[in-house]
Parts: sequence; C-alpha cells; structure tokens
Amino acid sequence: MSKHLKGIAASDGIAVAPAYLLVEPDLSFDKKTISDPDAEVSRLQDALDKSTAELEVIRDKAKETLGADEAQVFEAHMMILADPDFIGAIKSKIKDDKVNAEAAMSAVSDQFIATFEAMTDNKYMQERAADVRDVTKRVLAHLLGVTLPNPALIDHEVVVVAHDLAPSDTAQLNKQYVKAFVTDIGGRTAHSAIMARSLEIPAIVGAESVTKDIKNGDTVIADGLTGDIVIDPSQDQISQYQDAAKKFAAQKAEWEKLKSQPSVTADGKQYTVAANIGTPKDMKAVVANGAEAVGLYRTEFLYMDSDEMPTEDDQFEAYKSVLQDMNGKPVVVRTMDIGGDKHLPYMPLPQEMNPFLGYRAIRISLDRQDIFRTQLRALIRASAFGKLRIMFPMVATLDEFRQAKKIFLEEKEKLVKAGTKVSDDIQTGIMIEIPAAAVLADQFAKEVDFFSIGTNDLIQYSMAADRGNEHVSYLYQPYNPSILRLVKHTIDSAHKEGKWAGMCGEAAGDPIMVPLLLGMGLDEYSMSATSVLKVRSLMKRLDTKDMKKLADKAINEMTSNADVAEMVKKATGQE
Amino acid sequence: MEKRDFHIIADTGIHARPATLLVQTASKFDSDINLEYKGKSVNLKSIMGVMSLGVGQGADVTISAEGADEKDAIAAVADTMKKEGLAE
Repeated sequence: MSKHLKGIAASDGIAVAPAYLLVEPDLSFDKKTISDPDAEVSRLQDALDKSTAELEVIRDKAKETLGADEAQVFEAHMMILADPDFIGAIKSKIKDDKVNAEAAMSAVSDQFIATFEAMTDNKYMQERAADVRDVTKRVLAHLLGVTLPNPALIDHEVVVVAHDLAPSDTAQLNKQYVKAFVTDIGGRTAHSAIMARSLEIPAIVGAESVTKDIKNGDTVIADGLTGDIVIDPSQDQISQYQDAAKKFAAQKAEWEKLKSQPSVTADGKQYTVAANIGTPKDMKAVVANGAEAVGLYRTEFLYMDSDEMPTEDDQFEAYKSVLQDMNGKPVVVRTMDIGGDKHLPYMPLPQEMNPFLGYRAIRISLDRQDIFRTQLRALIRASAFGKLRIMFPMVATLDEFRQAKKIFLEEKEKLVKAGTKVSDDIQTGIMIEIPAAAVLADQFAKEVDFFSIGTNDLIQYSMAADRGNEHVSYLYQPYNPSILRLVKHTIDSAHKEGKWAGMCGEAAGDPIMVPLLLGMGLDEYSMSATSVLKVRSLMKRLDTKDMKKLADKAINEMTSNADVAEMVKKATGQE
Repeated sequence: MEKRDFHIIADTGIHARPATLLVQTASKFDSDINLEYKGKSVNLKSIMGVMSLGVGQGADVTISAEGADEKDAIAAVADTMKKEGLAE
C-alpha cells in the first residue's frame, strides 16, 4: 500500500528511485567495567582496522568520483586512526581504568576535541575537532555493530532522504546517482534546496517525517513541482509520474529555445534576467541558461572555502574569470557577507545573542578595513576585464555607504596612480535588506548607482522572524503588502534618480512574485541559474500594463500574503 | 640524541598540510622523534599531538630524535621544513 507525504516543493523535476537514508544510527552506549582488558583492546583494534579499511575504500571512491580535494578529508581521518598517541591513549585507558572500548574511545576523543576547540585563535582547530568527531563516530559504529551511511559509496540511482543536508553532507554525494533530495526540515532557501536547484534535481524539503516513514531501499516518487512524495507507489502511480516527468522534460526543452533570446514581455518591454552565483564554477550554469547578467556574486564562499584569508591575487583571479565569462555583460559582486550564520574558521567572531542582528557584512568590512581594502583592490583590478558592479551588503545608514564608497575611491585612486588598468565604469550600490534602508531609499538613491533587493533578509527583518526558525516560518511572506510596499518604494526611488533596481533573492525567480515585480517596474531579476528560462518564458506572456494594475491592487487594497498570491495566480493563469 | 632548532616562518604556522607532511616524514623512521615548543613536547609521529601545540608564525621549536636512524630522521625533517617553506 503506497503512502503519501507532502513537503515544500524546493526544486523542479520528478524522480522515481529507491531511497537512500542519510541518517546517523543510534551510537549511544553504556559505560561498563570490563574484566578482560586484553580482549577489549583487541575488540578496539578490530574496530580500528575495519574503520581504516572502510576509509580506504571511501577515499578511493571519493577521489574517483568527487575529486582529490573532497577525498582529502578521508585521508585526514585515516591519519587520526594511525595516530600513535591517540590510539595509545585509548588503549591505556582500557587497561588502566578497566572500561569498555566505547567509553575509552569517547573519553579520549572528547579530551582532544576540547583541546582543539579551546584554541579559538587557531584557525584550523574547529575543523580538526570535527574530524576527530567523525572518526570517533565511525569507530563507535563498528564497536556497536551498526552501519554509518557512507554517501560517497552510492553507486546506483537514489532519492536521498535526510533530516537536513549540511554542506559537508552534500560534498560527499556522488551527484551522478542522486536523483532527488527529500528532507524533514528546511525551506526553499535551505542549503539542500539551493544545492538541488544548482544540480537541477528535484527537491522536497520540510516534509517533517520522511526519515521515519521511508526505509532504505523503499521506492520513492519525489515530485519537486508540487512537493508530493509517494512511498511504495503502485505501478499505475509510477507510470502516471513518469508521464508527468516527460511533460516536464518537454516544457524544459521549450524553455531551452529561449536561451539566446532577450527577456521581453507580451507588450514588448525588455528586462534583465540574471543569475546568482557563489563561485566561478557556477558560471557554467549561468552561460548554459542564457542569463543576461550575474545579479549576485556571493563572494563569501571565497572566504569560507579557504583555510586562510584569500589573498588579493586569489580574489583577483576569481573575479576576473567571472567577468570574462560574462563577456561584457554586467556582474554584480557583493562584498564579503560574513557573520549571521556564516563563519570563518580562521577569523573567530564574538559569540552573539542575535548574530543576524550583530556583527556581519559591511559592519565587519568597515571595522576590519585591512580585509575590505584587499577585496576592493582585487575587484578594482578585475574591473578591466568586464562590466563590474560592486554591491555593499547589510547597509543600514547612508553614512555606512559613504564610508564604503570613500574607501573604494581611495583604493581605486591608489591603483590608478600605480598605473594599474581599471575600468572607468564601476558602479557602486547597496543591497536593500534592512527596512531602514528601504524606507530611506529616496535619499540613498541620490548617492548610489543601484539597488538590489535581498528578499530573504528584508522579509526576516521586516517581520522580525528568524528565517531558520521553523516555529515562525509562516511569517516568511514575500507577497505581504507590507513587503511589497517596501519593494515598490525602493524601485520608485531608484527610478526617480535615474538609477536601476534589481532583486537578488529567491523571490526574483518566483512565478507569483515576477508578475508583481513587472508591475512595479523592477529592472533586473536575479535568481538561481536554473530558473532563468522559466522566468523568461513567463515574462513573454505577461503584459506590463495589466501587471501594473495587479501590483497596484496588491499594494493598495489587499491585506494578506495569501490574498495576493491567490489574486496573482488567478490573473496569470497559474492554478 | 640528535637535536635541531627551527624558526617557523610560514605565515600559517605548522598547520594542516605541512603538519601532515611532517608527521608522514617522521613516521618513516624508527627513532623516537619529538617536537618541543614553549616547554611542551609532543610525539612528531602524532598528528593530533602536533596540531594541539598550535605552533604559529615566528615560533621557535626544537626537534629531537633518538634511535638508530636519528641522524637521517633529523635531516629528513629539516628537508621537509625547508621544502614546505615552514622554516629557514
């Protein structure tokens, strides 16, 4: 008998495959006094040998399918298992304290983890602590006779089922075989959802009980268009979904034809449909989907994917390659947005009660000018290779923008004096994500070259609702007239001063939001590369005059997120 | 016993990759090899030991080896230090 679950549709597409549960088994144990320490030591040795053998296989597989970089972590794990002091300490503990191997192993590794984590000024220690934790889990699993999931070993098509997917989990997945993600928690902006969209595989997140209801190997249908999950489907259901998958593929082929066409509405108005990227590697999808600009280059990955502060030259190479790939089309680069939920192992930040309201983004950049100036120099040098726009994140006051702009001009001046070739058309603008800046957009517009609205944070700060907190996730309301008014004021303010306004949150690619944004006259729409063609196709059948009426009605007459969504769906034939 | 002092010049100190290489080099020898820093001494064949010292840029460390192949061991460690740009 098939079972049906519903979650949040987070990435388009339909998949049918056996489930692969990425769930950690129960590794709890009782501390016991043992009578035969030698037997216990050999039980430990046996678990160590099995773990090492397993890691060798995983490392080789990871090297082959994921690359040498991803395989390195397993190399580090093997080295810990071969560490004479670490293993020696565990064996001594078994012999001296007469405790079982599980208890000795966790006690010793806890000591090392505590030592590493106490060294907060030391940039690699957080990662080393995580390595020790991972290795300990693997040995414990062998001692307890349970199996850890080893995603790097997947060698057939699967639907990955997890409570949540962290970047470290997805790094180990063999993308060739993963046909879909389904998770218990998360929303459209969760890492798992973003990852799925960049891989162009279906994803359903926030489905609450998938890890309980789905067993390893169960056949699962994952419909990323509707959020439906069917467990143990009947043959009829399978063929029904296979038909739907074919239809979706046909539609995708239709969108494909729009690849090299401009983004034009039914009444002939042209807009820019752009893509968001995190690293130069993402440019492949940007070009493949025919984006007309990069509307958001999140440079924090340069900092997060590194073991140390990236140098000016490293940054320059990354920026240059993106600008060159765009071949003269605009690239909006957002300066470092660290803080909030994004941390650097080598730059400890103060513990804060409310990190999203704390020391992050431009607030760090203006305080740590050494880091900021390095980034700006790399950007200015790269400007000679394309059409660069620099965007400052989390700006709340005009004074912050003025300070940032002043530093930018100082660095540019220095480079020009030194004879470096730089573009004379570098625009500087701000991200609109703090309500204070949105409200004062008319004043900002006199000094900035552009705005780009970051919807996720703008909604989070306007609604005073942590976007990662599932208890208040109902307050993520992109169509709420309050949010729409802030958006409209921002766009109108930009246009009044002859500037342009874009949007670079997920909302810019949302089929309900796009008609409203067209109605408000937004100039640039930046989204996941995989949404570009869908949005271009949607724009083709919308008339801006009708959309203006729709947006005006939403802003002036409607009272709720749901009402606006309902009205737009009806008016644009998206039932 | 063979001993040699090193002044660490790498701006990241002894971390990650260089630490791994030092441990791998030391592990090839039978001698007992120790790394001493700020009065603490650890087994140079133990990655966790080496990392837990947190040796940063500008640190002065001493490496000592005791055993049949102590001379070769120190020479090999010094070679790795130089090749990795860890010390002069």
